[in-house]
Amino acid sequence: MQTETVQITVKLFASFRAGRFVEAKQTCVPGTRIADIISRLEIAPKDIGMIMLDNRHAEPEQPLHAGARLSLFPLLGGG
Amino acid sequence: MDKICRVNMSDLTVTFGDVPSAWAGLGGRGLTSTIVSAEVPPDCHPLGVNNKLVFAPGLLTGTAAASSGRLSAGAKSPLTGTIKESNAGGTAARMMARLELKALILEGLPKEKAWYSIHINKNGATIHEEHEVEGLGNFALIDVVEARFGKRVGILSIGQAGEMRMSLANISVKDPDSKIRSLGRGGLGAVLGSKRIKFISIDDEGTPLVKLADPEKFKEASKRFSKTLQDHPVTGQGLPTYGTAVLVNIINEAGGLPTRNFTYGQFDGHEKISGETIHDTIVARGGKPKHGCHPGCVIQCSQIYNDADGKYLTSGFEYETIWGIGAGCCIDDLDDVATADSVMDDIGVDSIETAVMFGVAMEAGILPFGDGKGMIRMMREEIGKGTPLGRVLGGGTANVGRIYGMTRVPVVKGQGIPAYDPRSIKGIGVTYATSPMGADHTSGYSITTNILNVGGHADPLKKEGQVALSRNLQIATAAVDSTGMCIFIAFPGLDIPDCLAALVDMINARFGIELTMDDVTNLGKTILKMERQFNIAAGFGKEHDRLPEFFSLEPISPHNVVWDFTGEELDAFWDF
Repeated sequence: MQTETVQITVKLFASFRAGRFVEAKQTCVPGTRIADIISRLEIAPKDIGMIMLDNRHAEPEQPLHAGARLSLFPLLGGG
Repeated sequence: MDKICRVNMSDLTVTFGDVPSAWAGLGGRGLTSTIVSAEVPPDCHPLGVNNKLVFAPGLLTGTAAASSGRLSAGAKSPLTGTIKESNAGGTAARMMARLELKALILEGLPKEKAWYSIHINKNGATIHEEHEVEGLGNFALIDVVEARFGKRVGILSIGQAGEMRMSLANISVKDPDSKIRSLGRGGLGAVLGSKRIKFISIDDEGTPLVKLADPEKFKEASKRFSKTLQDHPVTGQGLPTYGTAVLVNIINEAGGLPTRNFTYGQFDGHEKISGETIHDTIVARGGKPKHGCHPGCVIQCSQIYNDADGKYLTSGFEYETIWGIGAGCCIDDLDDVATADSVMDDIGVDSIETAVMFGVAMEAGILPFGDGKGMIRMMREEIGKGTPLGRVLGGGTANVGRIYGMTRVPVVKGQGIPAYDPRSIKGIGVTYATSPMGADHTSGYSITTNILNVGGHADPLKKEGQVALSRNLQIATAAVDSTGMCIFIAFPGLDIPDCLAALVDMINARFGIELTMDDVTNLGKTILKMERQFNIAAGFGKEHDRLPEFFSLEPISPHNVVWDFTGEELDAFWDF
C-alpha cells in the first residue's frame, strides 16, 4: 500500500537561502506542520522571524495542505 | 552656548540670538515644528515671503551616541499645504551641533533675482551672491563647493528642480563620501529655491566637542544603547546585510507591494529588484553592501551600488525608491532603477513622490509602464530642464492626476502614498490618513507590527487594533525624530526595553536633566497636536484625514480586500 503524499512549494528569503534554495517543491505526508518543514530544512526555530502561508502570516503549528505556498523569513526590517 | 541663527533674505542680514527658554529642551522635529507653528502664518503661501525654512539637529546630534546624526528641516509644505518635517542623514547635522547652532531659520524673500549661498563657520554666518552655480545639478555643485571650501565641508543644496520651485524638489545633504542623502518629502527644496538660496555650506573646523553635563553617565548609557542596536537581529544583521530593499520580497509575499500604480498587490519582477538580488549584484561588482549615511551610524543600512563596469552608480538606494520605480512603474531592470535613483539625486527631486507620480503618468499614457529608459530621459530632459511637460510632472502626483483627469491618484493631503498598500496592510493606512505630514510611512511605521513581527503582531488584513497601533507609533516617532536618532532604532526600541531607557538616560546625561519615559511620550503627543493645530488653521479638517476613494472601491489582489475604515474610526486616532 502506497503512503499518500502532498506537494507544497517552499520559498526561502535572505540568509535562509545560503546553502539551501530560493524556491523548491517539497513532498510531505498529510498533517505535516510548518514546524516539521522548518526542522527538515535545518533552520533553528529561534532564527525564524516570519512565516507566511499562502500570503498570510502563519504559526509553526499550522498544518500544510496540498498546493500550499510556504515562505520562511529570518527576522528582517527596513523602510 | 547654543544659539539660533536667523538669515533674513529680504534684507540680506544675519543675526544670532539666544535660545528662548521654551525651545531649550527641544531638537529636531520638535524644534522645527515649534518654530514653524510659532512664526509661520498657517494661511501663508508656502513659496511666499512669510514662510520660513528651519533646520535643526537633534538633541543628541554631535555626541558619540550611535546613529544620532539626523537633521530635521521644517516649513509649510508647497506640496501638501500642511506643516512639514523631513529628516535625513549626511554630515550637516553633526556640524551644526558642533557649532552650537540649535536652529538655522531662513526668512523672507530677496528682492533681486540673484542666487545666493550661506556659509556658516565658527565665526558666524555670511550671505554670498552666486554667479557660477545656477542650473547645476547637485553632484556638480558639490564639486564646486568642495573646491571652494575643502573636501570636509558640509553642504545643503538644491538641484534644478528646487531652483524652479517644483513641488517634487528636495534638499540634498552631502554624506561622508561627498554623495547625497535627502530631506526628501514635501517639496522643501522649492522653499529653499523660493528664497533663492542654492546652497548652504557648513564648516565646523576649530569647534570643541559637544558638551556633556555628565560625561561618565553618558558614556555608560551610550554603551548600553549601542549594544541594543547591535544585539537586535534587524539593526545588527538584517539591515547592514541586505539594506532596506530586503522588504521588496517580504511586502510582495504579504500581497501589499503596490504594483502598476496601485492596481495589484504583487509584482512579477519582484525578485529582480529585491534586497537579495541587490546584495549579490553589489558584491559581484565590487561595491559596498554596507555603508553609513552619517558619521557614527552603527546600523549602516546604506550601500554603494556600482554599474556593470564596476563604476559607482548610486548609494542610499532605498526600498521605497526601488519599490516605486520598480513595482509601481513595472520596471524590473535594476540598473535602470539605480540610474533613476542617481538622476533624482542630481536634479534634486524626492524619489518617493517622483516614483508615485510616474505611476500615475504611466497610467495616464504619458509613457508606457515598464519604460525605464523613457522615465530616465523624462527626468533629465523634461523635469531637469523645466519644459512645459516637466513642469506638469514636477508638480507631483496630485498635479499630474488632476491635469490628466485620473481617478487612481494615490495621495493623502497631496502627498504620494509610499510602498505599502493600505488595503492589505491596514495599520499603515491609518498612518497615511492621519499623519499631519500627509502620506508618510515613517511617521508611524506600522509595518513593524503588521508585517515584521517586531513589537508583537497585529494582523495586517484586519482593522482591530490598527488605530491604536498607529497612534502609539506616531507619538513615539514624533519624540524620536526630536533626538536626532535614526527611526530604525524603533526596531530594538520595540523589542528590547533597555533601548529606549538608555536613550532617555543619554538625553539626561547630555543636558543634566531628569526626563522620564512619560515625559518623552508627552513630548511626542505635544508635537503631534501642535502640528495638527497648524494644519487646522491652514484649512485641513478631519475630512482630509482620509484615503482616496479608489482604495474603497477597487479590491487589490491577492487578498481581494478594500480599504474599509469609516471616517469615525479614523477620527478616533486623535483621542489622546
